[in-house]
Amino acid sequence: MGAWIMAGITFREAARKKILWTAFIAGIGFLLVFGIGLHFQVEDFRKSTVPPFLRYQILNSMLMIGLYTVDLLAVVMTTLTSVDTLAGEITSGTIHAIATKPLARWEILIGKWVGFVGMVAAFVAIMFGGTIAEGYWIGGVAAQHPVHGALLIFLECVLALSVTFMFGTWFSTLTNGVIVLGLLGLAFLGGWLEQLSGFTEGSRLVMVGIVSSLIMPSEAVWRRAAFEMQSPLAGSLQFSPFADISVPSIAMIGYACVYLLVALVIAIYHFDQRDL
Amino acid sequence: MRKVFGDKVAVRNLSLTVRRGEIFGFLGPNGAGKSTSIKMLLGLVRPTSGKAFVLGAPSNDVDVRRKIGFLPEDFRFYEWLTATELLRLHGRLSGVPSSKLRDRVPAMIDLVGLHPHRDKRVQDFSKGMLQRIGLAQALIHEPELIFLDEPTSGLDPMGRRMVRDIICAQRERGATVFLNSHLLSEIEITCDEVVFIREGEVVIGRDLRALHEDEVTVIVHARKLTPESVAGLAQWTTSTHLEDDQLTITTRSRDLLPYILRHLVMTGADVFQFTPQRMSLEELFVAIMGEDRGL
Repeated sequence: MGAWIMAGITFREAARKKILWTAFIAGIGFLLVFGIGLHFQVEDFRKSTVPPFLRYQILNSMLMIGLYTVDLLAVVMTTLTSVDTLAGEITSGTIHAIATKPLARWEILIGKWVGFVGMVAAFVAIMFGGTIAEGYWIGGVAAQHPVHGALLIFLECVLALSVTFMFGTWFSTLTNGVIVLGLLGLAFLGGWLEQLSGFTEGSRLVMVGIVSSLIMPSEAVWRRAAFEMQSPLAGSLQFSPFADISVPSIAMIGYACVYLLVALVIAIYHFDQRDL
Repeated sequence: MRKVFGDKVAVRNLSLTVRRGEIFGFLGPNGAGKSTSIKMLLGLVRPTSGKAFVLGAPSNDVDVRRKIGFLPEDFRFYEWLTATELLRLHGRLSGVPSSKLRDRVPAMIDLVGLHPHRDKRVQDFSKGMLQRIGLAQALIHEPELIFLDEPTSGLDPMGRRMVRDIICAQRERGATVFLNSHLLSEIEITCDEVVFIREGEVVIGRDLRALHEDEVTVIVHARKLTPESVAGLAQWTTSTHLEDDQLTITTRSRDLLPYILRHLVMTGADVFQFTPQRMSLEELFVAIMGEDRGL
C-alpha cells in the first residue's frame, strides 16, 4: 500500500513539476521533425532515379536513426529525471518526514522506482510507437521485430533507472548524475569500438567492447534492439552504424536483466541500512 | 545508546526513560547530540551500540510508527503540494482511512491557523507557516507519541503560544510529547520533566512538576571534593552535578542547607563559595552547560 502511494506521488510530482509535459512536448517536437524529414526524403525520391532497393535502404536507415534517437532520449531523460529523487531528498532532509511513517524503507524506494518505471514505459511507448508509425505511414518502411525492439529499449531505460537509484542511495545528486552519465558514456564508447572492430577484425577492440558492456550493459541492449529491428539485408551492410558486426548475445541481455536486479537489490539494501 | 560518525562521537552514552502521558523536554547546547538522539529513537539513524524502545517496541519497528508523530527540526516536504494535499498524503502514509481524512484534514488546518492558505502550495509558505503545516502533519493520525524538534522555530509570539496550547492539548488527550527546543522559557512552562544532555550524555534530569517554592539550587565552589563526599549528599539533594571545582546541587528545602554544608566540610572539602539561588531553567542550563563554545 505504502509503495503504491509513493508511486502515485512520484507520478504526480513529475506532472506538477511539468517534467511530464516538458518531455511530452520535446517528444512531439522530435516526432514532428522526424516525420517532416521522412516526408521530404520520400518527396525527393519521387523526383529522382534512385533505385528502389537503395531507396528502401536509406529510408530504413532513417528509421533506425530515429529509433536510436528515441533510445538516447529515453535513457538520458530517465537518468536526468530520477537522479535527484533519492539523493536530493536525503540531502535536503525531505526523506525524514516520509521515512518515519509506517512504511518500510524498501516500500519508499520501490514505490518511487515503480512510479518512474511507469513514466518511462509511457514515454517509450509514445516515442517508439510514434516513430514506427511515421516510418510506416510516411516512409513505407517497418521494423522487423518492433515489440522486441521496444521491450529492449524499455529494458535499457529501467537498467539506467536502477543504476541511478543505486548510486542515489550513496551519493549526492550531482555526483550521482556524473557517475551514471559516465557509465552510460563508457558503455556508448565501448559499443562503438566493438562495432569498429568489424573494419579491422581486431579482437582486442571486441574485448574492449565486451568489458565495457560488462561494466555497463546499456549500449549492448540497444545494439541487440537494433539487430532485432532492422532487416537482415540492412544489418549485413558493413557501412551502417547499426550493422550486425558484433551482435550482443541473448546471454548478454540476460546479464543486463541480472545487472538491473542486482542494482535494485543493492539500492534497497543500502537505503535500508544507511543513516538518514 | 551510542553513535559514532567516523571518528566523531555524536552520542556517547545516552540512557533515558520517558513516562507515558508526559511532556518531556530534551535540552542541550548545539552539537550536544539531540537531533542524532531523536533520529535514533525514530529509526532514522542506527545506533553504533545500544538499543532504543518506543512504546515498548524497538525503534526501527515499522508498525509502531502508526502511533508516532514527528516534526523534524527543518521541516521540508514536497513543495509542489498544497497544504490540504500534503496533509492528505501524510494521513494516508500514516494509515488513516480516506473517510476519516475528509474531516480530519480541514480540522488540522484550522487547528494550526492555516485555513486561509489551505489551497496554497507549500513552496509559497513562510518559515512560520511551514512549521505550522509540519506540526499538523505530525498530529494528523492522532499519535500516542509525538517528537517535536524545535517546533517554535520561526514562529512569532502568537504562533509560539498556539504551539504551546496544542502541546498541552495533546497531553490532555493522553499523548506523550518529546520536545526539543532552545526556548527554555517555553520548556519551563510546558514540560513535566526535562533532561540536559551534553556531548551525547545525560548530565542531569529535573522533574519540573516537583518544583515548588522551597526547592533551591546551590552553586558550591570547593576543592578536595571526593566522589564519596558528593555521593553522600544524596540524602538531602534531588540532583547533583560536579565539574572541576564547581558543584551544582538542588535540594527540596532551604532548611537542609546547613546539613549539606556541614557534610561537605566534614568530608574534607575546602568550601570557598556556597551560594543558594532560585534558578530559572535558563540559568540552570547555563550553570550546567558552562560557557558558550560557539557551536
